[in-house]
Amino acid sequence: MNINAKIKSLNIDKPLNLDCGQTINNYTLAYETYGSLNKKKDNAILVFHALTGDQFVSGTNPITKKDGWWSYAVGSGKAVDTDKYFVICANVIGGCMGSFGPSKINPETKKIYGINFPVITINDMVNAQYNLLNFFKIEKLFAVMGGSMGGMQVLQFVSNFPDKAKIAIPIACTSSHSAQNIAFNELGRQSIMADAEWVGGDYSSQNKTPDKGLSVARMAAHITYLSKNGLQEKFGRKLQERDDLKFSFDADFQIESYLRYQGSVFVDRFDANSYLFITRAMDYFDLTKEYNGNLSRAFAKTKTKFLIISFTSDWLYPTSENKEIVIALNAIGADVGFVEIESDKGHDSFLLDVPEFLNTLKDYINNSYSNN
Amino acid sequence: MKKEFYIISDLIENNSRVLDVGCGDGTLMEYLKNNKKIDIRGIEISKNNAQKCIGKGLSVIEGNAEMDLTQFPDKSFDFVILSQTLQAFLNPETVIKELLRIGKKAIVTIPNFGFWRVRLHLLLKGTMPVTKNLPDEWYNTPNLHMCTIKDFYNFCYARNIRLDKSLAFHNGKTSSINEINLNIKNLSAELGIFSIEQ
Repeated sequence: MNINAKIKSLNIDKPLNLDCGQTINNYTLAYETYGSLNKKKDNAILVFHALTGDQFVSGTNPITKKDGWWSYAVGSGKAVDTDKYFVICANVIGGCMGSFGPSKINPETKKIYGINFPVITINDMVNAQYNLLNFFKIEKLFAVMGGSMGGMQVLQFVSNFPDKAKIAIPIACTSSHSAQNIAFNELGRQSIMADAEWVGGDYSSQNKTPDKGLSVARMAAHITYLSKNGLQEKFGRKLQERDDLKFSFDADFQIESYLRYQGSVFVDRFDANSYLFITRAMDYFDLTKEYNGNLSRAFAKTKTKFLIISFTSDWLYPTSENKEIVIALNAIGADVGFVEIESDKGHDSFLLDVPEFLNTLKDYINNSYSNN
Repeated sequence: MKKEFYIISDLIENNSRVLDVGCGDGTLMEYLKNNKKIDIRGIEISKNNAQKCIGKGLSVIEGNAEMDLTQFPDKSFDFVILSQTLQAFLNPETVIKELLRIGKKAIVTIPNFGFWRVRLHLLLKGTMPVTKNLPDEWYNTPNLHMCTIKDFYNFCYARNIRLDKSLAFHNGKTSSINEINLNIKNLSAELGIFSIEQ
């Protein structure tokens, strides 16, 4: 089966000046849409995906055959109701679901980019996706939204294009990657690079796959997406299909088995080099530094109405970091709301069935739209 | 909507910028937004209420006014509203200072502990007053700093806070408070409604 037949893509021939200094003149952006654009073209919502997400927000992902990554929030009758809104999501550049990324062939060398792919940033991702507005002939989006790295893209989008979205909903994110965030990402990258099959990033041309490294990276990252209480409640010290400890290094505990499984399914759908480049983009994200330490200035010209959402048990992008964004927006009298949702599901809460979150989101979006 | 909110609304000019501190479920905010074209923001400590407000599409920040007002710039609002919340703060004096810093005017309403029913309750029953405006028992009340209309009046006077409007509220009716009738209003009103500035 041809994978590319299931992926819609847009070829952009407008030059993109990357933060690293390089310019790319021609690149692909893979995207998906849900619902339909109305006549007034005022019902479009651009969703930005997180580190390991893709353009398949809702429904069944045609490549993995699993539910879209934000199926709890986006779909017919859901918080982001696709009967009402036109939802667009693109695979970020650097990604591996059809967009310009390290697994693509470099037209100049006729070889896979691999580690020679340019080091991209969140700013580059957002500037690339801005072309979607032109493609769909949308003057102004109703909303930009996303969680985690998706939230960072929301912040960058509004900063770059202060008048292109009516509302912005950055969820469980930060305006500047913390030392702890960078540390966890570095752990993942080093794990990939330590896999002999990574071969300096050139694994594709040598028919190798650094599955072990990538899967350990995913396992480590997965822990950061959950909360201690959530893990304890779900797994505790429960044993995996055995009555007693085996005095070996097999997966005695359910949590070990669970993490191994998460790692193993991840390598089937994700490219190791993409993981390196995207985590790097996250680490480089510092909207505060971009404006000489004054985050408010990043939003100085904006008329966009913001809703910031955090979760009580999220220790990766904790409430305090989300509140810094709120404070920066209040300092310039911007239009901003903020809620912290009670949940023991950790950073992953935004992806899961957390009714308080989904209901609040739904009502906020619908009321903000009807107040047009 | 309760009568108090209509009175507060009458004190606010159309098309102004307003912050409702302790905005509850957003009832007053919605009214001001829809009827007076107010550019309205809110801050609310209860998660449940903050979520209700957000659900209505209102720009409300879940937070504690005692800590979170510092983030607003000087005179960034035309009016700041504090409805029956002053008594619940650890440090009401600091909060009033903050309200007057961020707002050109502040509208503060207080349940009047000097109201005759309250006084009579304490005098005759000898237990802490429980009334319509003060429904909690002594052991579970959120009210840490109860005051009377006269207390608040004197408080403002001592700090050179200008009382732009001082209203006594009782049985759905309002009347002006001045130096001369202060003792009477302090006895007869359930609620004091003040518009203050500095």
